[in-house]
Amino acid sequence: MSSTVAKTRPKHLNLMVIRLPVAGFVSIMHRVSGAVLFLMLPLLLWLFQVSIQSPESFAKFQSVVSNPLAKLFLLGLLWGYLHHLLAGVRHLFLDLHIGAELETARASSVVVLVSAIVLTLAVGVRLW
Amino acid sequence: MVNRQVVGAHYGLRDWLAQRITAVIMLVFTLLVLLALLTLPKFDFWHWQALWNLSLMRYAALLFFVALLYHAWVGVRNIFMDYIKDSGMRLTLYVVVILALISYGAWAVQILWGK
Repeated sequence: MSSTVAKTRPKHLNLMVIRLPVAGFVSIMHRVSGAVLFLMLPLLLWLFQVSIQSPESFAKFQSVVSNPLAKLFLLGLLWGYLHHLLAGVRHLFLDLHIGAELETARASSVVVLVSAIVLTLAVGVRLW
Repeated sequence: MVNRQVVGAHYGLRDWLAQRITAVIMLVFTLLVLLALLTLPKFDFWHWQALWNLSLMRYAALLFFVALLYHAWVGVRNIFMDYIKDSGMRLTLYVVVILALISYGAWAVQILWGK
């Protein structure tokens, strides 16, 4: 009986076909945001450098970050940072067996997803 | 007949733990910088530079960067392990990432202490 059930289950990992649960979406976003932050490290280090080097370089820093496109891009990176951070904190709780039940884990993944976006928007509104 | 158990390279648990310790270090530093930004009287060059002239902030930032570089190494290596099947290619990418991370570390020290 169980074998016939198993046989009829769909077996595919086509990303266009499978429906990722929200926790799975938060998980892949954790990976993607981590990779993007790694790739953008030189840019962030450079921004930090020009911001504290000299009054002239600080002026350069301000002109770069006040460019609307750059601002949008950096807010995107901030979103990545916040998502990665919050998803990481969720991981730490799961490691301690806190909130590991399906319903709680699903709810906390929604909390991570939403609060990262809300925090980014809040910072964005304040900086704009 | 030799009864040999198949075991891993044993760096899994160490890196699992390191990933969490470095994460907590970065979390604390993030909150510290947030607090500093909120208490900074004015965001101009002099206040901002004075903040990073504090020994506390310099050493906290150094600890943050060390944690970040190790954390990034474990994360990026895991991504390569999952998606790059060719050993030669994977090894090459490992070397590139290690060299990049070491130079970022040197760069960070230069930013914090250099002139």
